[in-house]
Amino acid sequence: MSREPIIRFDRVSKRFGDFTVLDNLDFQVQPNEKVTIIGPSGSGKSTVLRVLMTLEPINEGVVYVGGDPLWHEYRRNNELSPARGAHLRRMRERLGMVFQQFNLFPHMTVRRNLTEAPRRVLGLSRAEADERAHELLELVNLGNQADKYPGQLSGGQQQRVGVARALMMRPRIMLFDEPTSALDPELVGEVLKVIRQLADTHDLTMLMVTHEMHFARQISDRVCFFDQGRILEQGPPEEILSSPKEARTREFLHAVLNPDE
Amino acid sequence: MDWQDYLAPLSQGAWVTIELTVYSTLLGALLSFVFGIGRDAHTRLLRWLSIGYIEIFRGTSLLVQLFWLYFALPVIGQAIGVNLQLAPVTAGVLALSLNIGAYGAEVVRGALKSVPRSQHEAAVALNFTPRQRLWRIDLPQAIPEMMPPFGNLAVQNLKDTALVSLISLGDLAFRAEQIRNFTQDSTTIYTMVLLMYFGMALVLTALMKLLEHRVGRWRTEN
Ligand SMILES: Nc1ncnc2c1ncn2[C@@H]1O[C@H](COP(=O)(O)OP(=O)(O)OP(=O)(O)O)[C@@H](O)[C@H]1O
Ligand SMILES: [Mg+2]
Repeated sequence: MSREPIIRFDRVSKRFGDFTVLDNLDFQVQPNEKVTIIGPSGSGKSTVLRVLMTLEPINEGVVYVGGDPLWHEYRRNNELSPARGAHLRRMRERLGMVFQQFNLFPHMTVRRNLTEAPRRVLGLSRAEADERAHELLELVNLGNQADKYPGQLSGGQQQRVGVARALMMRPRIMLFDEPTSALDPELVGEVLKVIRQLADTHDLTMLMVTHEMHFARQISDRVCFFDQGRILEQGPPEEILSSPKEARTREFLHAVLNPDE
Repeated sequence: MDWQDYLAPLSQGAWVTIELTVYSTLLGALLSFVFGIGRDAHTRLLRWLSIGYIEIFRGTSLLVQLFWLYFALPVIGQAIGVNLQLAPVTAGVLALSLNIGAYGAEVVRGALKSVPRSQHEAAVALNFTPRQRLWRIDLPQAIPEMMPPFGNLAVQNLKDTALVSLISLGDLAFRAEQIRNFTQDSTTIYTMVLLMYFGMALVLTALMKLLEHRVGRWRTEN
């Protein structure tokens, strides 16, 4: 693939104190590509998404989104300097995120959870925002739940609201951080179905952290195995999930697929 | 004279007490929000101003604050050629508000801090500005948290109004003292005053509960 990547990590390091979470990471994603990130706990999977969503700053390197530096901006002499608030706000328009714990706004109805940001941030009229919310709630099969509060919904329903809420802003890139890990097993399917549908019908770049290997195989163009803040191994899902080259990857997959051992 | 004769003057006093409580609680609430939000503001000046206010008014007694506003301020005014002699009501309301506002500011700050960090992150991901995050995400969730401590502060404030009788304001405590000096009927008068304060506190508590229910309706819909 020779196209300009929509996401590019260029020798990115991220540390918490002495602990290195991302270690000189190089990582690229092509437009419309569906990439799944797998790896052991603490390997930096969430951090990659959180850096992209501007929730976590980086210590070294440059992250590019849509060709523009995310955490930096160009000064007059074409040198990179740390980004200011206005730059971050412009860049955030390109990304949307779905959180493991849903993070819905409990004091707003489902409809307002969806329409508040488009109205206040994008300046949509109430009618436009309601219209958009209606369409997306239909897409996630929650057309009749618009007037409920998040606390009145099941976890699976809440997460589908979470997906719709992120889509309301029409991002080019969607980030999913273990979107089904907080759900009871019987509710996982309905959320995965919605995400799969989204992948099939929308021109979206999708970056997802998940432990649902079967699902990863179905929807991903590429699977990346993270270990200690680096990509140890990556490739098409069949290759990584069925015949990984690295021993660490094999150990990890064995543990995930045989949780009871 | 029997207890019914005390009723009219005491009621007059009670009315003054109610006015003092209402005005100073409302102004105090405003101060609580301004300085409670300012306490963790990005602007350093605002933060320091808030810390200064909160610490000074929590660290000194209401009585001293009241006397300072009523007796000391005019003297300073004279020195610089401005008339700063406050009417007793103004001095009373101001002292009560400033005092209760300092405690309220800590309540507002604590409630804002109790909004989960994940809410902040969701708001950032949706590209809300810091101001929008405060008004649309943080405050609406924090206000229900503030209501029980605000209720306590309001009752505290009602009780504190008795201090303003010391600057000759005709509140309930002042009237009681007046009649007692005149009739020496301490038992009856103080029993009546006790009951009246208690009645007002009950009404105030009920009002705050009502308000608490209103602002937190989304929490009970679940
Ligand atoms: N704010 C923080 N302060 C200190 N350490 C942190 C912070 N956030 C994350 N870490 C540490 O960084 C490491 C990587 O975190 P990250 O959340 O990216 O891991 P992960 O791969 O998503 O793991 P998991 O599968 O458990 O979600 C972890 O060891 C975590 O404890
Ligand atoms: Mg994680």
